[in-house]
Amino acid sequence: MGHRCAVIGVGQTHYTTRRRDVSMAGLVREAALRALEDAGLTFADIDAVVIGKAPDLFEGVMMPEAYLADALGAAGKPMTRVHTAGSVGGSTALVGASLIQGGVHDRVLVVAYEKQSESNATWALSTHLPFTSSLVVGAGGYFAPHIRDYMRRSGAPGHVGALVAVKDRLNALKNPYAHLKIPGIDRAMVESTPMLWEPIRYLETCPSSDGACAMVLSSERAVTGTPAWVHGGAMRSEPIFRAGRDTVSPQAGIDCAADVYRQAGVTDPRRDLDVAEVYVPFSWYEPMWLENLGFCGVNEGWKLTEAGATALDGDIPWNASGGVLSSNPIGASGLIRFAEAALQVRGMAGEHQVDGARKALGHAYGGGAQFFAMWIVGAEKP
Amino acid sequence: MRPVAVAAFAQTTHTDHDTGLSEPELILPVIQAVRAQSGLREFGFTCSGSCDYLAGAPFSFVSALDALGAWPPIQESHVEMDAAFALYEAWVRLQHGDVDSALVYGFGKSSLGDLREIMTLQLDPYYLAPLGLDQLSYAGLQGSAVKSDVAAIARRSWESARSNEYALKLPEPVETAPITDGAAAIVLVAGDLLQERTDLAYINGIAHRIDPHYPGMRNLARSASAAAAATAAGVGKGHVDVAELHVQFAHEETILVDALGLGAGTDINPSGGPLAANPVMATGLIRIGEAARRVMDGTAARAVAHATSGPCLQQNLVAVLSRES
Repeated sequence: MGHRCAVIGVGQTHYTTRRRDVSMAGLVREAALRALEDAGLTFADIDAVVIGKAPDLFEGVMMPEAYLADALGAAGKPMTRVHTAGSVGGSTALVGASLIQGGVHDRVLVVAYEKQSESNATWALSTHLPFTSSLVVGAGGYFAPHIRDYMRRSGAPGHVGALVAVKDRLNALKNPYAHLKIPGIDRAMVESTPMLWEPIRYLETCPSSDGACAMVLSSERAVTGTPAWVHGGAMRSEPIFRAGRDTVSPQAGIDCAADVYRQAGVTDPRRDLDVAEVYVPFSWYEPMWLENLGFCGVNEGWKLTEAGATALDGDIPWNASGGVLSSNPIGASGLIRFAEAALQVRGMAGEHQVDGARKALGHAYGGGAQFFAMWIVGAEKP
Repeated sequence: MRPVAVAAFAQTTHTDHDTGLSEPELILPVIQAVRAQSGLREFGFTCSGSCDYLAGAPFSFVSALDALGAWPPIQESHVEMDAAFALYEAWVRLQHGDVDSALVYGFGKSSLGDLREIMTLQLDPYYLAPLGLDQLSYAGLQGSAVKSDVAAIARRSWESARSNEYALKLPEPVETAPITDGAAAIVLVAGDLLQERTDLAYINGIAHRIDPHYPGMRNLARSASAAAAATAAGVGKGHVDVAELHVQFAHEETILVDALGLGAGTDINPSGGPLAANPVMATGLIRIGEAARRVMDGTAARAVAHATSGPCLQQNLVAVLSRES
């Protein structure tokens, strides 16, 4: 993977339903300035900017990097726009890291955002290419059948999804940037909310958020402050319409995890990692990804969730930040996972810090559970 | 930097109308062609460029994976930019040293919508897009800022395109790049794969830069970002035999020739350039392919390729190619 790369700055906006006080440019600049402040740097110290977001239809601005170049101090520099569906935030971090690992630059600013209040993401996702038909409404409509298949295969009891929904929202209460803050949330409250897409209830799905996240990535010689070292990064993609594709536990996810674990020297993720920030937009994806990522055996994921292993005080906390279930500026959600993993190993996660976290996984997925991006960051130099 | 070379290039026979092919159907033949040319079936990294707004639906690149037959799953990424920028990402990825081949492709069907108005959506949504300037008005603004013999540029491009079997068969010269559907693909190789062939087009330098978005912040008669990218790519280090420039409006050629410091001895857009075929999102990649092709077949010793993105040449990529690593 070439030259060493470290995260030296993280910046986030508060995630919320509507940021009426800022433009899109104001939103990304807010996150970028906070990341630069964290790194003790200014825009002048940045060599290149990489920006990611989910489909342009979400805000109605086509290829918005052109417009956002000014707000991100990119004029005169290289700027790249990444788009790999829901995994884009993770891919954006990896494309930025690649510029350093490839020895091209010393400091790269990566930014991802979504301003969902500019439109309606569910309907933006429900249009389709000319001459094709769309059978589903929104992401939940697409993923619910896969969840039902998981429940059938694994024999997981029906309440496991609600447990994840409660756990992540309790974590969110400790994260100042989280969107959903629901004091007193419990299983009964989740189970009392309307069914959206069987078996996904209202409180088992992610919110629509406005927000941006940014990181300053650095080469070894340009490190300032407290670094989180990149121990491995990987992307994998598979075709959405391949016959026989396992949509419950996609091969691309398994392969991507194997690649990033090999790079980071992880043989048993549950034991070797201290915390994981995993893209869980619907509650049931926690047990599903526990299996896909090899934290347990096949059909065993729900047992870890049920036993509390993934809670903040469990042996392998998942989504200590509250995760996608608590904040979902779609295009940024993957980058937030990667950034929260970095915050944990830098010891800078605040109230949701996992004590003594030394190695953490950041994970994102997108499309029809077919695009995967992951990295492992550590407190020690690899 | 680690030596990287273009080993294969293919493009569709471009059309000025929708032939009924879906995007995967458009891509498949060029992917097959570069696989055959390079002798490679699988690639260490894959990167593509496309734009959702051309199809008017999100995730236009998702179905493209079906054309690749991405199984077992592949290391793959995508830029919502011209595929020339995807090639840059692949070149960076090859610098890591762990993979030796990359597939890059781009595709676009601008016949599906009103491209001129769609491009308006690329502008600052608060202060510029509401003015209602379409792509032509914007280009006209820049064109009026520069002295350029646009008729001569249009005629030369049109005449050059006659020997380009992939270009549109336009009845007369045009100063504005025509609406075009098409796709293109390139294979990059590095490491041991460089030893297998002697006719590769090495990328001696590649760089890109962006300018401020607001036209009022720029001198529209010049392109500071193109000049900076050309310097970083090393254009001025030797004679340039051929330059393939991403000229969507004839006057842009004058600005770019100046920014890249190209002299009278350089053959500009021998393919006819984008004024003869402009499959948006693949057009920039085709410039790199056309430049590489001339290096590979020996008609040029050293060639320059240019790609652009954003209104009025806001962002520019420059690559220098030759037989020498």
